[in-house]
Amino acid sequence: MSKIMTVLFSVDSNSLLNGAKEYEDLMKSLVKEHNMFEIIEVIETGSFGFYENGVPIQILPEDLYYVAKSTGDIREIFEEHILKGRTVSRLLVESSKLGPANISKFKETKLVLKNIGTIDPDSIEEYIAKDGYRALAMALKMRPEEIVSILKDSGLRGRGGAGFPTGLKWEMTLKSKSDKKYVLCNADEGEPGTFKDRLILEGDPHSIVEAMTIAGYAVGAQIGYIYIRGEYYNSIQKIQKAIDDAERSGLLGSNIFGSGFSFKITVRPGAGAYVVGDETALMESLEGKVGRPRLKPPYPTEYGLYGKPTLINNVETLANVPWIIINGADAFKAYGTERSKGTKVFSLMGNIANRGVVELPMGATMREIIYGFGGGIAKGRELKMVQTGGTAGTFIRADKLDIPVDYESTRNGISIGSGAVLVIDDMNCAVDIGKKVAKFYMYESCGKCTPCREGTREIYNLLDEISKGRGKPDYIQRIYEMSKEISDSSFCGLGQSINMPIMTLLDNFKDEIEAHIGAQRCPAGVCEFEKVKTKDAKKTARSI
Amino acid sequence: MDKVEDLKKRIKGIESGEMEKGDMILSSLHVTQELFDNSVPIEAAKIIADEFEVKVERIYELATFYSMYSTKPRGNHLIRLCESLPCHVVGGSEIVKKLKENLKIDFGETTKDGLFTLEVTSCLGICGVGPVMMIDGEAYGNLTPEKVEEIIKSYREGEK
Repeated sequence: MSKIMTVLFSVDSNSLLNGAKEYEDLMKSLVKEHNMFEIIEVIETGSFGFYENGVPIQILPEDLYYVAKSTGDIREIFEEHILKGRTVSRLLVESSKLGPANISKFKETKLVLKNIGTIDPDSIEEYIAKDGYRALAMALKMRPEEIVSILKDSGLRGRGGAGFPTGLKWEMTLKSKSDKKYVLCNADEGEPGTFKDRLILEGDPHSIVEAMTIAGYAVGAQIGYIYIRGEYYNSIQKIQKAIDDAERSGLLGSNIFGSGFSFKITVRPGAGAYVVGDETALMESLEGKVGRPRLKPPYPTEYGLYGKPTLINNVETLANVPWIIINGADAFKAYGTERSKGTKVFSLMGNIANRGVVELPMGATMREIIYGFGGGIAKGRELKMVQTGGTAGTFIRADKLDIPVDYESTRNGISIGSGAVLVIDDMNCAVDIGKKVAKFYMYESCGKCTPCREGTREIYNLLDEISKGRGKPDYIQRIYEMSKEISDSSFCGLGQSINMPIMTLLDNFKDEIEAHIGAQRCPAGVCEFEKVKTKDAKKTARSI
Repeated sequence: MDKVEDLKKRIKGIESGEMEKGDMILSSLHVTQELFDNSVPIEAAKIIADEFEVKVERIYELATFYSMYSTKPRGNHLIRLCESLPCHVVGGSEIVKKLKENLKIDFGETTKDGLFTLEVTSCLGICGVGPVMMIDGEAYGNLTPEKVEEIIKSYREGEK
């Protein structure tokens, strides 16, 4: 079955936008034209973790990576490398961009992304060949309590951002007595700058199908739902195909592996609401209601979807499960820090040289991630700040680059959140960045509670005034106090998290923000000041 | 009315199995938009309400709460531009400017010829190639003002 040479095309959402499909078709037709289809295989795979503004291609057995940016590049690779055996150095990806530079003590550790970029996500056979569905077969021979205890022992924590112990969630759902239970996969990935879940859903969809089925067996549920961003068309397609193929192969549906256990998974698209990422809001939305969060307790493990006990886990959390079942809790605990075990998938973007994803053991530092794996700051500019964990995460300056990042590092002023790493260079202005953050909160607030609905708008208005040169000296203090009040008194995680980005931004860039107010100057040259009209200024002051 | 019959048929087509009815409502609204100018008009809302035995007010609430739905008819092509921070720091504001200039409309508006509606979307999860926008189901990345112009032009030509 194996051919002499394999050409792998990365066809994840990012590469598709760079023309992956067109290039792949061209390569296939070239192979066919030259009657080489018996010795050369052209296959699709998920992301290799880097993009370089082109389509990454891997050639085996040489194990070389090229990035093609035009059809001409594809022709050159075919004619030079494949026909003549000469490496096209112009298009070669330097090895430094593939792996860590010397500054990192870590190697990329792929527990979650192990299959991504190596198998064809549309092929259940390839997944099975990589130990796929073995964990399910093992789990079905265990008692549900045994599975739960392995997960508890592993120390796995929720990868959606909150870091709740996964095993405990499973145990609570297992212990809830009910005629009906549900397993939900939270694939409503909406935290700006986070694209790890999309990558898993599109690069290794069977891992989620397998993990959900294991979860169903472990907690005593027969029905699973994947609630997925409505805008993620490609992911919806891939996961649906995986479900259909698994059902056809008897790995999903009734009487799986002859164990007597039956499980069904249904995909449901969302419709555009960030707040639905909250687990109880997601359940409301799935029930066909507006996605406003519920009061907790009761927790979903007791009273979840349609009032029944429900286990809800993030995509990345679930992707860890098959690996843990096969390799055991101790192997998993070998990675990570004392209180945060395993790995974390980081999405690297913004003004960073190599945008993409990297999976590292918990406890890596931002310096290792940004300079070791991300290739440093793009276009040789200076680092101004990094926002970690998504829009609801902390802003840090260069002085915090060496703090190990895990679920506990928030107390050192750096949050892990969803694993987003947004690099921002010195061309950007802190006030302008703050405005974007506040606008995001204002736009996404569901309106249920007053502090979040009204408060986020007030913060935006104050920052907007500052950015236009109409700020007053007490505005900074007011924003500071207001973000504390909103986070103390909001109903759900959305409003509660606003203190992280706003306060860390104010703390780190007070001088720059003050320059906008006192000296009427935007040091980065981003903000456009408007002339102060006394009448308007008065009106604004009154309304605030 | 063809569209109405079509909608009823498609709602039936959304897999139900032993599922509760509620979780098919959002999917039904998506289907509705495919049939009714990218929107959920009142006549369609009434059909969905009947079908799921809920009040039409609830359908209206859903259609106005979720950003992917609209109660007003939208253009043939829906342009959704990401305004999140990751796209903003890599030149997103230039793209916003260019799109508004080129289409001569603001966010939430439809061009006079009914070809395009411009909307803001939250993060599309393709930040590896930001700034990004989505036209209907198709995403476009690594945008520059020049690229935006070309893309819009190609859609205009496709309509002729």
